[in-house]
Amino acid sequence: MKSTSIRRVLVPGVAALALALTACSASNEDDPAGDNTGDSSGSTSLSGTLNAGGASSQESAQAAWRAGFQTDNPGVTINYDPVGSGTGVENFNNGGYSFAGSDSYLNDDEGALSAAKERCGGEDPIEVPAYVSPIAVVFNLSGVDSLNLSAEVIAKIFDGKITAWNDSAITKLNPDADLPSTKITPVHRSDESGTTKNFTDYLAKAGNGAWGHDADSVWPIKGGESGEGTSGLINAVSGGDGTIGYADESQAGSLGQVAIQVGDSFNAPSAEGAAKVLAISKRAEGRSDVDMAIDIDRTTTEAGAYPLLLSSYLIACQHYDDANEAAMVSGFLSYIVSDAGQQAAAEQAGSAPLDSELASEAQGIVGAISGK
Amino acid sequence: MSAPTLTEPPEAEVRTNKQTTRIGDRIFAGLSRGSSLLIMLTLASVFVFLAIEGIPGLRQPETIYRPATTFIGYTAPLVFGTVLAAVLALILAVPFAFGIALFISHYAPTRIAVPFAYLIDLLAAVPSVVFGLWGAMALSAASQPVQAWLEEHAGFLPFFAGPVSATGRTMLTAGIVLAIMILPIITALSREVFARTPRLHEEAALALGATRWEMIRMAVFPYGRSGMVSAVMLGLGRALGETMAVAMVLSASPVVTLNLISSTNPATVASNIAASYKEGTPGKIHVLIATGLVLFVLTFAVNFAARWITSRNERRMAR
Repeated sequence: MKSTSIRRVLVPGVAALALALTACSASNEDDPAGDNTGDSSGSTSLSGTLNAGGASSQESAQAAWRAGFQTDNPGVTINYDPVGSGTGVENFNNGGYSFAGSDSYLNDDEGALSAAKERCGGEDPIEVPAYVSPIAVVFNLSGVDSLNLSAEVIAKIFDGKITAWNDSAITKLNPDADLPSTKITPVHRSDESGTTKNFTDYLAKAGNGAWGHDADSVWPIKGGESGEGTSGLINAVSGGDGTIGYADESQAGSLGQVAIQVGDSFNAPSAEGAAKVLAISKRAEGRSDVDMAIDIDRTTTEAGAYPLLLSSYLIACQHYDDANEAAMVSGFLSYIVSDAGQQAAAEQAGSAPLDSELASEAQGIVGAISGK
Repeated sequence: MSAPTLTEPPEAEVRTNKQTTRIGDRIFAGLSRGSSLLIMLTLASVFVFLAIEGIPGLRQPETIYRPATTFIGYTAPLVFGTVLAAVLALILAVPFAFGIALFISHYAPTRIAVPFAYLIDLLAAVPSVVFGLWGAMALSAASQPVQAWLEEHAGFLPFFAGPVSATGRTMLTAGIVLAIMILPIITALSREVFARTPRLHEEAALALGATRWEMIRMAVFPYGRSGMVSAVMLGLGRALGETMAVAMVLSASPVVTLNLISSTNPATVASNIAASYKEGTPGKIHVLIATGLVLFVLTFAVNFAARWITSRNERRMAR
């Protein structure tokens, strides 16, 4: 019969169509991370696509760098996916990303350094500081605009040992301020974050033992007020009276910012102060020449220094299989650590431009990236 | 009592003869069969994904679970927080939802009931992020004095023991936001159920001298019980899985506490995944997926329990 034959075709036909459609949408969502090489003709002007990603702290700076670089190299498309440092490094190590951004330098706690070495064909991976940003201790206390605090007092506040704003430990550092007896509500990040890691690192190293925890990207104390992400934290601090928190200085907005004690003076957060600390800090031990991993000196007493800062790195290989990819990575990373790139990030993201010595060393390292 | 059957289909439309089926019937049957198969496959593949990616999360190094040390220690406060937030939302939302549904179906005149019903449905269309923003930036600050009052006057209850949060970003606020989010679902479903109460039952109750409230209790509620339970369960499902609103409102810590108004609140599974995913290392991601698996199983268990309760009720009613 005629209807049967039509049926015979139609049912599988519809089924096949449905299958094809679902397959289509599935492959659309699956963004191929590996096909980033563009054409490898080795021509002098750069063109192609670079896929990268990592630390979300670099997101707005990366946008500025991408815009600046693509103005000069219209043929290049750069994607920076702010998936977080851990995932960024993982994707770099499995070859999905051409380079990665990370809030901490590679280590072998979870084998990331070895994996990066393997990914780069057995050569040491490149690590250069690219994004340096002071972290501000922000507070919201009616009638008080500025405060002086030492790392020790900050540690005690966040540990819940100092609970009122007119505690003698605070008034001693602020003889001129009229501090109310309001209860202190310390606010921390509820999510894992590089800001928390640098803040707790600062408290642990500069707090004279008042902070009984190690540096950690997860807030080490159970309980207390928290906010999700920088915006959530700022929102929580703004939303209550007597609150205190920590956030990237560029995000502090109209909140009061604490001047932290460095030596005998009190320094407000500043880009120059942060850059200065990075310049005088020691390198991490046992690193190769192309690895600029820095152990930030939190206890410096240098005048004008601001040791509460976050330094975010760019991670790449010395050599890439594809010459075009290597040229693009080299070009883009060179732009990032150049004066123009650092200035663009300072304007867009409020970061601290690298010290000239560090910048020129980084320039030499990323400029040498080449094809195999 | 059993519901009167719907009008019997006219004899002419009852087809037992296979030969008269049309192509359209076949296509439609195939499509609907295919869709149900596809959704089962999707569900199964979600489960398989959660299991494969999540099981390594059960045995990660201790530091991954910090500040806890084991997977159970990491997950227990999250599950507790999830259930607490959802139950709180239900306690707040269910009486309102049934009240509104009854108002629409039995009390309000049609010219008010219809636009009012639309308005409630509109609540369901508001994205959860918007509720989250409102909760975090407006409701929490506005409700802080109320929470301070609760601490002062009801502080003897463990729920309001305090110390009260200075920002109002507490479990109570999260519960209120969740309640508003699940309200339209419960209202819409129970409204439909209430409106379907057989007219005869209602009139019989009224004829026996029942007041309107007695009529609702005697005719409407027994008839709609299983529908009401289903409505509550759908609301509960949404409350259990709600992510963004909770993540934005709640000041979360890995603790177990019944205190609803302090700064220290347990996070929920879903909001914790959303908050921790961005900066997660590979090991952490496995742990997060494993907590997702726990939530999946929890939601399933809750739904099965609800079905079981409903069917038991129906059997009891049928007797």
